[in-house]
Amino acid sequence: MPMPYYVSPEQMMQDKAEYAKKGIAKGRSIIAIEYVNGILLVAENPSASLYKISEIYDSIAFAGAGKYSEFENLRKAGIRHADLKGFMYSREDVTARSLANGYSQSLGTIFSQELKPLEVEILVVQVGRNGQANEMYRISFDGSIIDERTFAVIGGKSEAVQALLKEKGLTQPPELQAALTLCITALEHIGNQKLSLESLEVAVLDRTRDGRKFRRLSPTDTKQLLAT
Amino acid sequence: MKLPFLPNHDDPSFFDFLTEHHPTLTPTGRSGFLQAQTAVEPMRGAGSMSVPHATTVLAIKYQQGVVITGDRRATEGFQIAERRIEKVFKIDEYSAMAIAGAAGPCIEMAKLFQVELEHYEKLEGVQLSCEGKANKLGQMVKANLPMVFQGLVVMPLYVGYDLKRAEGRIFKYDLAGGRYEESDYHAIGSGGKEARNTIREHFLKGLAESDALKLALLALYNAADDDVGTGGPDLVRGIYPTAKIVDATGITDISDQQICGIYDGLIATRRSKES
Repeated sequence: MPMPYYVSPEQMMQDKAEYAKKGIAKGRSIIAIEYVNGILLVAENPSASLYKISEIYDSIAFAGAGKYSEFENLRKAGIRHADLKGFMYSREDVTARSLANGYSQSLGTIFSQELKPLEVEILVVQVGRNGQANEMYRISFDGSIIDERTFAVIGGKSEAVQALLKEKGLTQPPELQAALTLCITALEHIGNQKLSLESLEVAVLDRTRDGRKFRRLSPTDTKQLLAT
Repeated sequence: MKLPFLPNHDDPSFFDFLTEHHPTLTPTGRSGFLQAQTAVEPMRGAGSMSVPHATTVLAIKYQQGVVITGDRRATEGFQIAERRIEKVFKIDEYSAMAIAGAAGPCIEMAKLFQVELEHYEKLEGVQLSCEGKANKLGQMVKANLPMVFQGLVVMPLYVGYDLKRAEGRIFKYDLAGGRYEESDYHAIGSGGKEARNTIREHFLKGLAESDALKLALLALYNAADDDVGTGGPDLVRGIYPTAKIVDATGITDISDQQICGIYDGLIATRRSKES
């Protein structure tokens, strides 16, 4: 009987991580940034119908970078989890923290147990109500979870975008228009090309809205916003 | 892909998700328990079990949409169980439903239907069509059939604004989940017949919004006049029927003040006839 060849766990994890990172870096970046009335999410997305940003619950949004089929599955699972919890208990009991924990568990388990890790990086953000702070969680392919402040970037050359945003030294959350301009400039700078508004996916979690806070901004909306 | 914190499931329906993975949370989830209890006399449920029942609700089409209203009384046998129960629910931006039947399961169905439509919209990225929503509700009524034999009847009346056709629509259901579209108006519940009679006398195609609202409230008033299960305006406590308007701009609640004003006029007219 042939002996199964030995690979050290360290080596295996390293290989898996490298594989996943490569997959994620191939895509384009998504930025979430706090603005005065909530959180703005901006993604470079040539498709007008395959979304990277989505609503999960009243004040929670999701963004996924990497392999579409994989983060789409996670998105749907998140919506189910949130709707179930909201139905079982109450709408206010659905929190981004619990959702991010669930994602972290799932991704972590898959990373360590499955042969192929998920090539995704996801973002779970919640806009704070009644004076509470916003929450932004960045979850990596291996289940590691990072609690971000002010802004968060996933996918593509996320570190470069992050560094660029950090340089701006935001101390106060900007107005929506300023935040959007900032995101577009950062994406253009890193991508080294001018972005058309049609190739952007923009959404906000607006705390001033009643009920469901999530709103998608169409290219026309963005154009109007940038023009004012 | 198996997710540790979530079952693998691929269906945009929240109701089906519950049925498959959390059957105890569905309105029918109790039926197993009840069957065990009433196994000896399975058809006796209705008489022996005492639960609050909600009564008359109705919907009338007018030129721009639909008005839907309901009284506020729930009865338990010959007792009044609740004076302020709300029977008209906003389901999503463009639809509302009103309920008659056992109050608890009715409210639960409305809540589940709300989640169902929102769930679909989030998963699929688009809203269900008006027809699709009405059909889905029919399936939920059908799934409730085992509960009907236990005496827990749930009767919805569904109204929606069809954006494609640019008109308001009314759907009624039967206990087996049958779905029928009404072209002008409909009323269900214990006082439904009286309400329908009133509407039949005064209804015109293409009513104005204010006239449709007045007619709806008049129908409820007459229903309360003849039916003990239906509550009229409670002038002492200031409890009035609730009404919602469904049109192209979405759903609007009619304020208590406005309803109170309409009833004041109505009661004054009635009183003048008596003297």
